[in-house]
Amino acid sequence: MARVVVDVMLKPEILDPQGQAVANALPRLGVTDVSSVRIGRRIEIDFAGEPDLDRAREIADKLLANPVIEDFEIRVVESAAAEVA
Amino acid sequence: MTMRIGVVTFPGSLDDGDAARAARIAGAEAVRLWHGDPDLHGVDAVVLPGGFSYGDYLRCGAIARFAPVMESIIDAARGGLPVLGICNGFQVLCEAHLLPGALTRNQHLHFRNRDQWLKVEATNTAWTNRFTPGQEILIPVKNGEGCFVADQHTLDSLEAEGRVIARYVRGNPNGSQRDIAGITNEAGNVVGIMPHPEHAVEALTGPSLDGLGFFTSVLQALAGASADGQLAGGQQR
Repeated sequence: MARVVVDVMLKPEILDPQGQAVANALPRLGVTDVSSVRIGRRIEIDFAGEPDLDRAREIADKLLANPVIEDFEIRVVESAAAEVA
Repeated sequence: MTMRIGVVTFPGSLDDGDAARAARIAGAEAVRLWHGDPDLHGVDAVVLPGGFSYGDYLRCGAIARFAPVMESIIDAARGGLPVLGICNGFQVLCEAHLLPGALTRNQHLHFRNRDQWLKVEATNTAWTNRFTPGQEILIPVKNGEGCFVADQHTLDSLEAEGRVIARYVRGNPNGSQRDIAGITNEAGNVVGIMPHPEHAVEALTGPSLDGLGFFTSVLQALAGASADGQLAGGQQR
């Protein structure tokens, strides 16, 4: 199986209230040395045949991320098993 | 001739019924459009209603943008068809690149549901011409992801070109940049607004009748267009 992983993150200049809420909760766990948390989304795309990075990039650009507010990175991982290992 | 206003129903639309009712109260014929049907059925204008299209999975409006009906609406909107996106409809218009910017999670993370004062600014659009510049109106707002964001250049252009159609006054419910509640495209036929004018068209169920102005505006715009001998976008198909 050919797996492409897409990581989508809000652009640095876009406020991430979800991440902020988590950061604000950390002191309750006794964690006081974290200055910032930002939360993104990981998407795994499994191609039936060879991994097609160009198509994955197009999917990410058109649908998975909104380039107005988000950046994305894509990478191929060998297989689902390798990813777990 | 009675103007025909199409109201799209996506899986997860909530306010399509209210939008159709508002169109009827304004004096138009409401035509229900289905997300999977690319045919616009000869409507003179389109409303994309509020709700949670396709469950708002992935991002608000991101999946609706690729619905068969949207392919037709995007083409027709570029040709001049008046299109109003309310709340989720505004998010769909941004995702479809018919309007700039994006709607993100409310800054305080809370879903906000209340009656909201707006100041109408641009009255030269298909959907706001029945208001007066600076007029304050009261219509409901209800959203979790209504915070309008865009880069500084886009914001400056919107301001310079008079494309901010309404701003929040007496409190900003979601942290939108520059208190922006609604914007229009360059041609003024596509308008997106986060609060819900379709919920303020009857004394029994709304805080005012102020929302009706959006629907009577488009009838005025369409009447003006036919008087000028121009075809409305929806009639060109």
